[in-house]
Amino acid sequence: MSDAARYSAPRPWSALIMRLLLWFVLIVFAIWFLLPAYVVVGTSLKDLDEIRGGSLLALPHELNFSAWRHAWSEACIGVECTGLKPYFWNSVSMALPGVVVSTLLGALTGYALTKWKFKGANLVFALILFGCFVPFQVVILPMAQTLGKLGITNTVYGLILVHSVYGLAFTTLFFRNYYVTIPDELVRAATIDGAGFFTIFRRIILPLSPPIIVVSVIWQFTQIWNDFLFGASFTTGGAQPITVAMNNLVNTTTGVKQYNVDMAAALITAAPTLLVYIFAGRYFVRGLTAGSVKG
Amino acid sequence: MLTRPPVKFIDRIARALPQIVVAPGFAAILYFVYGFIIWTGYISLTKSKMLPNYTLIGTRPYERLFQMDRWSVAIENLFIFGFLFVFVSVVVGCLLAVLLDQKIRAEGFIRTIYLYPMAISFIITGTAWKWIMNPSLGLEKVIRDWGWESFRFGWTVDNNLAIYALVMAAVWQASGFAMALFLSALRSVDQDIIKAASLDGASPWRIYLRIILPSMRPVFMSAMVILSHLAIKSFDLVVALTGGGPGYASTLPANFMYEMTFRRNEIAVGAASAMVMLATVAAIMVPYLYSELRGKKHV
Repeated sequence: MSDAARYSAPRPWSALIMRLLLWFVLIVFAIWFLLPAYVVVGTSLKDLDEIRGGSLLALPHELNFSAWRHAWSEACIGVECTGLKPYFWNSVSMALPGVVVSTLLGALTGYALTKWKFKGANLVFALILFGCFVPFQVVILPMAQTLGKLGITNTVYGLILVHSVYGLAFTTLFFRNYYVTIPDELVRAATIDGAGFFTIFRRIILPLSPPIIVVSVIWQFTQIWNDFLFGASFTTGGAQPITVAMNNLVNTTTGVKQYNVDMAAALITAAPTLLVYIFAGRYFVRGLTAGSVKG
Repeated sequence: MLTRPPVKFIDRIARALPQIVVAPGFAAILYFVYGFIIWTGYISLTKSKMLPNYTLIGTRPYERLFQMDRWSVAIENLFIFGFLFVFVSVVVGCLLAVLLDQKIRAEGFIRTIYLYPMAISFIITGTAWKWIMNPSLGLEKVIRDWGWESFRFGWTVDNNLAIYALVMAAVWQASGFAMALFLSALRSVDQDIIKAASLDGASPWRIYLRIILPSMRPVFMSAMVILSHLAIKSFDLVVALTGGGPGYASTLPANFMYEMTFRRNEIAVGAASAMVMLATVAAIMVPYLYSELRGKKHV
């Protein structure tokens, strides 16, 4: 007993030092994580003279939003000087259908794979699951060909198709792991009452699903919005998603390098997913860890 | 009598409904993942240059691939980048998780700060760090103005350091994710064992090192597998931060593949490099997924 008391209540001064050290490390890391955000926001609010003359870490003299306006509606991406605005809407109109299709299909597939186990269901799941981890380099070429044959190369529709298909592996994983935890008895009882596949889905499964639907929607939205590889491979010019357009804007070499506009563009591109993260971070984290923690 | 056949038919459909519902998604995966893998595999054995060409020439594209200096550099970079990225992210993530587990006030707030990089695109991470590492206006200038005249942080434009710039930005982005994994694992360790150990007089350090961390082995495994597969797939960060340069000093296999396929009209070589990447990912993921799925059945 005396031993336990000694270890569970260390002498106060050493506890205090440990506590200070702990906070010191936590704060150092917090600064490291926040540094890029601070620099990006700060730079986007300065004008070019201030950037060249001042320090990277100095606060802007005044809140000057002209770089933001420029990045949004005037900056040149390639030869088109439209700002990021049209590309932002490209990304929106690509992400929303992509999210809906893959989430819906994933929910149904996950439901059928867990509550209506048929022969080979586990193999089907394993094959789908590996789709989460396939390096996309291996599908880019045939995908470009397929999109060409379907006549949707360089369109938002092409990207919707791509993201729906490759998102499906993840959404199926989410829903399957979630539905495994719903007791089979619920489904069995309903079957005895004469309810069919879709009735049970609508009446029993769906009402239990909102948490995992939120996880799936957030995950898919973040993935699709942040995608660069597919956007860069399958679109050029006006059909590009915002990540590709932003990269082009930053790397456009004509004229004076406008660091403040670059940073404002980065901020605009990051804003939607950051907002989702800030307001629904809990679900975001659950999506991140779902792929690695057994369901 | 007359109504029986249609009922039977409907019954059959009803019984097959689960399979019918799974079919479209599964068919899509079969076609768009496995069919495409076969297609790319086939193309990697042909003489395709600018356009796909279906004449087989055996393994010559692979031989060409492994003779290219750009590819050796990409592979070597992947080893350096992959190892450091996974190792540092796991260590930092684990450290932060243990620290945050000490009944910290404002834990939720701090966690939010540590994890936000995971919500943004690698393209943005790359753009931001490129600016911070700007040799003439970035952090280098700040530190020099503070009086450390020889300080150098222009890693992105240095042949030997560009790859470490990538590691640094990637760790910045992913270590919060590792932390989230470890933290949720720490929280699910059986509290009774910990209580028993501390009653026996074990110090908090010993409890962590001897009891908690060993029990988290599966999570370490998961974190390492997921991070290494992220490393192999890394593409956008390179594009935004170093552009693969200077020259091709910091190029990674994914960038090599893109370059060959879309810029150099070397489709067969690009396909061959993609297949090598796939084989690498499969070598890591298949055993892992196999053990995960098998484990699940017994639980």
